[in-house]
Amino acid sequence: MNQVAKNMTETKQDTIVEVDGIAMRYEGGVQALKGVDLKIPSGELTSFLGPSGCGKTTLLKIIAGLLTPTEGEVRIRGKKVTGPGPDRAFVFQDFALMPWATVQRNVEFGLELRGMPKDQRGEKAVKYIAEVGLAGFEKSYPHELSGGMRQRVGLARALAVDADILMMDEPFASVDEQTRRKFQEDMLDLLSKEKKTVIFVTHSIEEAVYVSDQVVLLSPRPGQVQRIIRTEIDRSKSPDEIRRDKNYLDYVDDIWAVLRTYL
Amino acid sequence: MKLNGKQIPIVYSLFLWAAIWELVGRYGGLAILPPLSAVFEAGVEMVPTDKFKSAMVVTLDAYFRGLAMAVAIGIPMGFLMGVSKTIDRLIGTWVNIFVSAPLTAVVPIFMVILGIGQATVIASVFLFAIWAIVLDTRAGVKHVNPSLPEMAHSFGASRWLIFYRIYLLAALPEVLAGIRLGLIRAVKGVVIGQLLVAITGIGELFELYSRNFLFDEFWALLLMVFAFAFATAEAVGLVEKRIEYYARTR
Ligand SMILES: Nc1ncnc2c1ncn2[C@@H]1O[C@H](COP(=O)(O)OP(=O)(O)O)[C@@H](O)[C@H]1O
Ligand SMILES: [Mg+2]
Repeated sequence: MNQVAKNMTETKQDTIVEVDGIAMRYEGGVQALKGVDLKIPSGELTSFLGPSGCGKTTLLKIIAGLLTPTEGEVRIRGKKVTGPGPDRAFVFQDFALMPWATVQRNVEFGLELRGMPKDQRGEKAVKYIAEVGLAGFEKSYPHELSGGMRQRVGLARALAVDADILMMDEPFASVDEQTRRKFQEDMLDLLSKEKKTVIFVTHSIEEAVYVSDQVVLLSPRPGQVQRIIRTEIDRSKSPDEIRRDKNYLDYVDDIWAVLRTYL
Repeated sequence: MKLNGKQIPIVYSLFLWAAIWELVGRYGGLAILPPLSAVFEAGVEMVPTDKFKSAMVVTLDAYFRGLAMAVAIGIPMGFLMGVSKTIDRLIGTWVNIFVSAPLTAVVPIFMVILGIGQATVIASVFLFAIWAIVLDTRAGVKHVNPSLPEMAHSFGASRWLIFYRIYLLAALPEVLAGIRLGLIRAVKGVVIGQLLVAITGIGELFELYSRNFLFDEFWALLLMVFAFAFATAEAVGLVEKRIEYYARTR
C-alpha cells in the first residue's frame, strides 16, 4: 500500500478518474472486486493487468457505467458515475460490431446516437476509418474483415465520438502476434495525436509495459489493487529499441515477479 | 430424383406426378379421384363465381387478421421470453404445451366463447400461427451477442432504441423464420376453423363439395389452398435469403 501512496503523490497530472472503495459481487455470489481504490491521471495511458478472472473487465465496465458496483463509487472529474456518458467511449474485447451494418454505419453508430446530423457524421466516420488504416473498406461488412481489422473498426467507432476517456478491454486478445504489434504501434501513434486518457485491460505483461504510463496490478479474485507501477520509458525511441530498453525489461521482470506468485 | 445419373428438375417430377394422377383418375375408376384435367376445369369454372369470391374474401379476411394478431402478440412475447428468465419460466411451459398440443381440439372451445362465426375462425388462425413465432423470436433474441446491447448502452442508447436497433435487427433471421412457419400454420388454422364452424368461407365450400360428392371442385379448392400456403411461405423465404448473409456470420 505504501508503494501505491508513494506513486500517487508522485503523479503530477490531474486525476480524471477516481475509483473509491469499489466492491462488486455478482448475482449468484461471485465476489469479483473488493476494496479497489485508484486514481487515473488525465492524459495518460493506464493499464489493468492481472490473471484471467481477477475482475479487470468488471472494473472497466464499472468505470464505464455499464455495471453498478455493490459498494463504493467512481468519480469522473469529481462527479459520480451513474451510467455511461459522452465523456467515455468503450472498445469491446469481441469488437461488438453490428453484423448487418457496413463499416461506415458501424463507425457512425455512436455519433448517430448522439444526434449528429447525417452528412456530418458521415464525414467524421470516413476520417476515423482512414485514421485507423481502413480507408477503402467503408462499404465492407464486418464478416468480410479479419479480426485485427474488425478491432480497428471498433477503435474508430470509439474515437469518432471524441470522448476524453477511451476504455479498451483486451483489444488485441483475438489478434495474431504480428498484427498485434503493428496495431499497438499504430494505436500509440494515434493516441499521441488525440490526447486522450486511456484505460486499457490486458493480460500480457509486455503489452502493459509497452503501451502504458501506469500499470495497475490486480490480485486474483476478489480483485484488489496489488501494486501500481509507473513506467518511465523513453517513448521517443523506436518500438524495437523500446522492446530492448533496460528499463522496459526491468519492469517486465518486476511485474512477472509479482504475477508468478499467483500461479 | 435422378435418371441415367442426371438430376431431373423439380418441374419435371411435378409433370410426372400430374400425368400419373391424370391416368389414375381416368382409368382407375375411383369416384373420389377425378382426372387432373377435370379438376383444373372445375377450378377455372369455380374462380369467377360469386360464391367462390365471397368465400375467398371471408377466408382471407380471417387469415390475415388472425395472422396479424399472431405477429403483433407473438413477437413481443417471444422477445420478453428471450430477455427475461422470469418471464421465460412463467410462460415457457405453456408455450411448449401449445406448440405440440392437438390444437384442433381447442377450436370448439372458441366456438363456445366466441360463437359460430368469423371470430372463432380468426381465433383459430391466431392459435395455430402464434407459437412458432413466439419460439423462433425467443431463440433469435437469446442468440444476440450480449456485447451488442451493451455497446449501444455505452453510447447512450435508451432501452427502446436498444430494442429496435439491436435486438430486433439481430434476431430478424429467426423472427422471419418464425413468421414463415406461422404463415403455413395459419393456413391450417383457417381451414380447420372454417371446417369446424362449417358455415363460412372455404370451409363451407369444402363441406358443400364433399357432401355432394363434387370431387372435381373439392380437389380444385384443395390445390388452391396448397398453392397459397406454398407461395406465401416462399415469399417470406425470399426475404429470408436476402438477409441471410449476415445471419451466417454472427
Ligand atoms: N455476469 C456475471 N455474472 C456472474 N459472475 C461473473 C459475471 N461476469 C464475470 N463474472 C465473474 O467475475 C469474475 C471476474 O470476471 P472478469 O471481470 O470478466 O475478469 P477478467 O476480465 O479479469 O478476466 C470471474 O470469476 C467471472 O467468472
Ligand atoms: Mg476480461
